[in-house]
Amino acid sequence: MAPLDLAAGLIAAVDPPQLLPARQQMAFTLAFHIILVPFGVAFTFLMLVANYRGLRRGDSTALLLARRWSKVAAVLFAVGAVSGTVLSFELGLLWPGLMGRFGAAYGIPFAIEGIFFFLEAIFVAIYLYGWQRMRPWPHFWSGIPVTLSGLGGTASVVSANAWMNQPGGITLRDGQVVAVDTWRVLFNRAFWYEALHMFLAAYIVAGFVVAGVYAAGMLKGRRDHYHRLGFLISFTTAAVIMPVQIIVGDIAAREVFQNEPAKFSAIEALPRTSTHVPEVLGGVLIDGEVRYGTEIPYGASILAGYRPDTKIAGLDAIPAEYRPAPRLVNTVHLAFDVMVGTGFALLGLAAWFGWAWWRRRDLPRSTWFLRCTAISGVVAIICLECGWIVTEVGRQPWTVVGLLLTRDAVTRSGNVWYFFAGALVIYTVVGAAAILVLRGMRRRWAAGAEDDRDVPYGPPGRDDAQLGGERL
Amino acid sequence: MTDVVASTLLFGLIAYAVFGGADFGAGFWDLTAGGAERGRRPRARIDRSLGPVWEGNHTWLIFCLVVTWTGFPAVFAAVTTTLYLPLGLAALGIVLRGSGFAFRKAVHRTENQRLWGAAFATSSVITPFFLGTVAGAVASGRVPEAGYGDPVGAWVNPSSLFTGVLAVAICAYLAAVFLSADAHSDGDSELVRYFQLRAWAMAVVAGALAVAGLFIAYADAPRLFSRLVGPALPVVMLSVLAGAAALVLLHRMDPRLVRGLAALAAAALVLGWGVAQYPYLLGTHAAVSAAAAPRQTLVALTVIFGAAAVLVVPSFLLLYTLAQRARLEEK
Repeated sequence: MAPLDLAAGLIAAVDPPQLLPARQQMAFTLAFHIILVPFGVAFTFLMLVANYRGLRRGDSTALLLARRWSKVAAVLFAVGAVSGTVLSFELGLLWPGLMGRFGAAYGIPFAIEGIFFFLEAIFVAIYLYGWQRMRPWPHFWSGIPVTLSGLGGTASVVSANAWMNQPGGITLRDGQVVAVDTWRVLFNRAFWYEALHMFLAAYIVAGFVVAGVYAAGMLKGRRDHYHRLGFLISFTTAAVIMPVQIIVGDIAAREVFQNEPAKFSAIEALPRTSTHVPEVLGGVLIDGEVRYGTEIPYGASILAGYRPDTKIAGLDAIPAEYRPAPRLVNTVHLAFDVMVGTGFALLGLAAWFGWAWWRRRDLPRSTWFLRCTAISGVVAIICLECGWIVTEVGRQPWTVVGLLLTRDAVTRSGNVWYFFAGALVIYTVVGAAAILVLRGMRRRWAAGAEDDRDVPYGPPGRDDAQLGGERL
Repeated sequence: MTDVVASTLLFGLIAYAVFGGADFGAGFWDLTAGGAERGRRPRARIDRSLGPVWEGNHTWLIFCLVVTWTGFPAVFAAVTTTLYLPLGLAALGIVLRGSGFAFRKAVHRTENQRLWGAAFATSSVITPFFLGTVAGAVASGRVPEAGYGDPVGAWVNPSSLFTGVLAVAICAYLAAVFLSADAHSDGDSELVRYFQLRAWAMAVVAGALAVAGLFIAYADAPRLFSRLVGPALPVVMLSVLAGAAALVLLHRMDPRLVRGLAALAAAALVLGWGVAQYPYLLGTHAAVSAAAAPRQTLVALTVIFGAAAVLVVPSFLLLYTLAQRARLEEK
């Protein structure tokens, strides 16, 4: 056996057998859940914009949009609520080392998140009921807490995640948390940029996904006021936020450079600490060298510190026992490149729209614009997932940087593969069903049917109340 | 301070047992309502009763999880590393249940509704059973303080399995009483009788189980037994009296008052468990004061609970009034 293989074997022996399935399961369930987040946070905002416009201008089409969007939001919120509940089980079942040792600090943001989740669930139901049982303006205002608690809930969860990246506010004695500074736990150093970055990402994803739906409809020739309005509300929101997000992302990357050097070296796939570091687009780390990438001379140094002689810590600066394996580095590096690439592609799409709107107060004439927008939702989701991979995989091998290794956080009992398999099957079924349900709603709406029976949380349908009572 | 947080946890457990329990129980009656035609009316009633509140009720579970892992982190880890099987199964049951309920409302073809309805109803029975076994395992002191206890024996034993069955029965009982009150406010006397009959049957089952449970506790969990008939006796008696009163008055009194009595019976039972365990979190060990997080964490939690009460209670009342209110154009 070659020495290298022997070393690999030794490292593998240290990892408990639960580590791989636990990480896979957490990654899978989080990747699933994060897609739903933008719809609770930002889609409900789009819904309120449509509602506001409908009331202000007496635009019944805008009200119809708001009403239908509220039903879609309810279905997605229901799926998000259950997948979020599973996540809190998983924190205990998969990562007892994290919860048992740091729950006293790490748990606090989740307690706050609980309030927001509660409020969001209640007000989603109030808003759905309110269509029939409240006057128009109070009803509109009853939707505001949905969006606000979505914002608060996201901020809380991101606060917990940011704490794992830059833990603070705790005093340890013999590895035990003996004192907690609540504010420094909540508003840790990574909180502001991570929370802002995620919050804007939610608006971008929701905006492009919704715009994509109406762009697809317009490509099929449905260029009526309804489609145009649905497109404009969502696309404009995403387009306005996109440039802000690029700036926030740039700030976030610089914060990571300063405060999380190990993650930054993985992002850059930089083997050795040096100055005049090129920005390598693509490429993979093989045997300590990056191959097949495209280099922009001094790019990384200039982006990180505005000067070519900015020194960037490489992977060699990480102690060998904590150095991430090359495949992890490559995952982080490529995910970062895809995130930035897709982000700029979306920025380009937004600029295309902005140009046309500035010149002629209309959408770009080219059907290619609609085609691109039709897939922009998927692109935005890919961008979101990649950003999340950068944060999470980039932190490895740590669960709490400097304090807790992932292999010490993971459970040591049971065969996690079975749990993972169960989660995989159920989530696949639930995800497929959610898509089918939404398609069914769209089909009925396209056929002109309006039925209130079709939402969770919502009031009873017309078949047991007056049939065909009100018409929007 | 530690007692404040421990009491809050117990409060969350009681709320979950009553509201979440009624929710689960509604799924039980959904499961047993018979074929699509025969079960149409009770199912429609169940749908309308659960619609606005089903997620709100289950946030109590999240609440309990969060309080435990923040307030008593080591105990939380001990429970999850020992009872991962029933907890994992309950977690998967929760996904199936929530999405089953949501999708059943959202799909329109009968066979699809039946499929999702079955998922909803089956998981409504399985989930409280597994959560009950967890409670039984904790109460009988089978979770070691360091965690990683016997993954099978800790919950496959008389006390735990019994508690699981009892949990299902109590859920079904609560739901039948709640649903008969809902049917009463509809003025549907036939459906009131339908659910009253079931409430009666379940009350008898739950009562018989509770008596059997005393023998099981006596043989299997001596400390629990001695405390249940010791300091916790008044609370246990309250539960028995409230349950019996609800049973006797079921046909004679306003169903809404019966609903209160039934909820009191269930709440007092959980409270009795809490009193019997005190001062230990894991049945016979892990004292509340020793297992608690640092003081600042407990203060933060208490402040958060205060904020939650101020924000959530009025919101919930608003939703409740709205759900009871007629449509705008009907007024």
